[in-house]
Amino acid sequence: MRTNGTPTQLTQGSRTRGGIGESTLRPDGTLKVTGEFAYSSDMWHEDMLWGQILRSPVAHAEIVSIDTSEALATPGVYAVLTYDDLPTEVKHYGLEIQDTPVLAHGKVRHHGEPVAVVAADHPETARRAAAKIRVEYRELPVITDEASATAPDAVLVHENRTDHHASHVSHPNIVHRQPIIRGDVEEARRRADVIVEGEYVFGMQDQAFLGPESGLAVPAEDGGVDLYVATQWLHADLRQIAPVLGLPEEKVRMTLSGVGGAFGGREDLSMQIHACLLALRTGKPVKIVYNRFESFFGHVHRHPAKLYYEHGATKDGKLTHLKARIVLDGGAYASSSPAVVGNAASLGAGPYVVDDVDIEAVALYTNNPPCGAMRGFGAVQACFAYEAQMDKLAAKLDMDPVEFRRLNAMSQGAVMPTGQVVDSPAPVAELLRRVKAMPLPPEQQWLTAGEDADVRQLPGGLSNTTHGEGVVRGIGYAVGIKNVGFSEGFDDYSTAKVRMEVVGGEPVATVHTAMAEVGQGGVTVHAQIARTELGVAQVTIRPADTQVGSAGSTSASRQTYVTGGAVKNACELVRERVLELGRRRFGTYHPAWATAELLLEGGKVVTDGGEVLADLVDVLGDEAVEVEEEWRHRPTEPFDLRTGQGFGHVQYSFAAHRAVVEVDTELGLVKVIELACAQDVGKALNPLSVVGQIQGGTTQGLGVAVMEEIVVDPRTAKVRNPSFTDYLIPTILDTPTIPVDVLELADDHAPYGLRGAGEAPTLSSTPAVLAAIRDATGLELNRTPVRPEHLTGT
Amino acid sequence: MRVNFTVNGRPQEADDVWEGESLLYVLRERLGLPGSKNACEQGECGSCTVRLDGVPVCSCLVAAGQVEGREVVTVEGLAEYAQQRSRGTGACGTSLDEARWWSAQGTDSGTGEGTELAPVQQAFIDAGAVQCGFCTPGLLVAADEMLERNPNPTDADIREALSGNLCRCTGYEKIMDAVRLAAARQGEAV
Repeated sequence: MRTNGTPTQLTQGSRTRGGIGESTLRPDGTLKVTGEFAYSSDMWHEDMLWGQILRSPVAHAEIVSIDTSEALATPGVYAVLTYDDLPTEVKHYGLEIQDTPVLAHGKVRHHGEPVAVVAADHPETARRAAAKIRVEYRELPVITDEASATAPDAVLVHENRTDHHASHVSHPNIVHRQPIIRGDVEEARRRADVIVEGEYVFGMQDQAFLGPESGLAVPAEDGGVDLYVATQWLHADLRQIAPVLGLPEEKVRMTLSGVGGAFGGREDLSMQIHACLLALRTGKPVKIVYNRFESFFGHVHRHPAKLYYEHGATKDGKLTHLKARIVLDGGAYASSSPAVVGNAASLGAGPYVVDDVDIEAVALYTNNPPCGAMRGFGAVQACFAYEAQMDKLAAKLDMDPVEFRRLNAMSQGAVMPTGQVVDSPAPVAELLRRVKAMPLPPEQQWLTAGEDADVRQLPGGLSNTTHGEGVVRGIGYAVGIKNVGFSEGFDDYSTAKVRMEVVGGEPVATVHTAMAEVGQGGVTVHAQIARTELGVAQVTIRPADTQVGSAGSTSASRQTYVTGGAVKNACELVRERVLELGRRRFGTYHPAWATAELLLEGGKVVTDGGEVLADLVDVLGDEAVEVEEEWRHRPTEPFDLRTGQGFGHVQYSFAAHRAVVEVDTELGLVKVIELACAQDVGKALNPLSVVGQIQGGTTQGLGVAVMEEIVVDPRTAKVRNPSFTDYLIPTILDTPTIPVDVLELADDHAPYGLRGAGEAPTLSSTPAVLAAIRDATGLELNRTPVRPEHLTGT
Repeated sequence: MRVNFTVNGRPQEADDVWEGESLLYVLRERLGLPGSKNACEQGECGSCTVRLDGVPVCSCLVAAGQVEGREVVTVEGLAEYAQQRSRGTGACGTSLDEARWWSAQGTDSGTGEGTELAPVQQAFIDAGAVQCGFCTPGLLVAADEMLERNPNPTDADIREALSGNLCRCTGYEKIMDAVRLAAARQGEAV
């Protein structure tokens, strides 16, 4: 399918310096290295109070009573709020289903659920006052997995569901179910010469962004509130906050503060409503900053999953069929579980051609921590399973695992299990070929280096646990497919306001969007697009706020595509107006104004032949040209609820990894030696940034392969490791070199041909590392992360 | 209580400090120096790294009272500290001439353009080692201290020296590039 009206080619000369395709440096770089960049936790206001949340110590309980009197009587405390203090009838929020209480009402459904909030003049006073709130709980049985959730007598996590998924699920403790059915699996199974089955377990991963949830709410004279906060989507926050406060949206003015990473964990609200409620109640500015312990309770995590896969193949290595069941634990509240289900199901077959498919994905309501968006969004869990299956099939057929994948790899024109035709480059085989062709790191450096052997490069590292004894090497490969942009018929638009005027004798473009810059470098790219399209050197990027239209979310690898597309589109409209102005002013002086294709380049209006017609300074004079415009990519459609058929995704993104590991088999310690990646990005608007995205995503995949997991006690549903002492993320010592090979095969539907890049590397990294560990040890390893005891059998 | 100490070469006095407050809290909330970051406040992430009498420490684990009479360098003072070091004066603080020179510099409050940077700060920008930037201040202080001790670090040396600083965005590759770049430029300058 191809939609008209989507500009895909360079419509403007890119000869202006600092345009797209160059590795221009971040506009916020200097502020970030000097410590002056204002993150949400850096906000400060004269006379401000500190907010503190009291959270549930148990996972599932009725609240019998709450007594706030002692907390309120504490000197320095200005307010203590519970459910009963909420000002309007709107007391719940949620991204898709409004099932999350602002403060618990009658019941808590997970460990760490907010019960009350306190404002005091010192954070420690607020903490101590919160500890003085007396809450009596009557504990309820906990729902922790599929068996306990769907048992006939199971306690319902949410009674009386009225959301739009309630009618098509088989049990009220199932949030959403999406089957994908194509062809005839039973018939295809008969053609299979080999069949492999597997049951895989994916642990609960945390985004572990470094900047904690935080912000400052300042009450305004008009009865509204100004909120400075770190988020991924200002307007989605606004839509959820304003009704709870009982304010019209224009009285909740949001400005994006510095965001210390996001990775999906800031899609849901955290402290936003609580800070606003306290500010409006006390009439004072209120700052809330979670500490790391609280942060682990303050945002959703990646869905842990159980995945049951059956693949068949002919003896010459062609896939016959896939039958899969993916069970995602959504925890106590829906968050983005329905969309994660759609992704896991529709991408569950991976980047392979397989005509006969029967996939089912479900998300559960349980009393475990709520799960929602994290980089890779449902596609990560599936990739872990189908890539393990590919290796099993190759082994059973005695084929090389890369060759087996190549035989089944999809390419442009392939049909997804949803019936959607992949209508742009899908270089799956080529990406695998490229990672395989990269030179391998030298083997057994501890022998070859002799005296210079560095223990820091061995498993166990600085702990000096081996000098090479018991260490074996393994190599593993994986490839994945991720969708780009919001899917299933979502109106996924963005808005950009672009202004061009003369400032200080120079033409300057100002770009204003509500895009959340979370570190990915969107602000860098917006300036590059403006330079390319408008031929100016100076571009000012205005802070993101709700004074301009929605930019959509900084997630789903979509911002360069969608808000980048909106900026490009607005620039093109500005350019037309500027040229119109030029024609009015100077048209009579040169016939080319009327006849030639005109460009803006190097601060001048030039013909496509390179002849200069006028300086932009003269064309603009005292006038400012400004355009604010929404921009949309081609529409998608929902998946059919019974068959999963539908044009559900905007674009697909592919990456492949090769992992080289060394394993100390005696101690079960893994050292990843190298993690090479090849990825198609369509067009690298900023090569330095896009490689940074690939390396960062790769490392998050490495983390969940060998160390990262939120451990939830299956008896109590309580989180056991909410700290960086106990939840480990890769350090610089754990992370190997990550050579990256970037392909640029244009997608004709996308601005500049670009392909969303942020998530795909997080998919294939994990299964590549697992494959390498299996290769080194010969163990089956059906769960991630791998822990030492899985390798030593102790 | 009152705490007197030196921050980035200038004497500072913090009043009404509660005994349980950390050096990090006093820097961020009482002295208006939020550059040192609060990612974990439990000594695991390194984002609050400052130098205390020259030694890199997690300022979240230092009780404010412990810094009485001592010298602290934060990311905000890194450029000046590096400049003093390169001139061999060994002390922090701004001479009168330099103060005049500073005031003549135009700084863009929107982008920081025109700001004087330490070599390691410039290298982080140039190498693409900054994404969200929350780990950056701590990494800069730690990397600068390592380069002071070890001007020609191996990759393993860099990884060891920075192993107490978590970064969630970059995968560390461009941080390695930045430190190598800073070391190389430092070598050329000598």
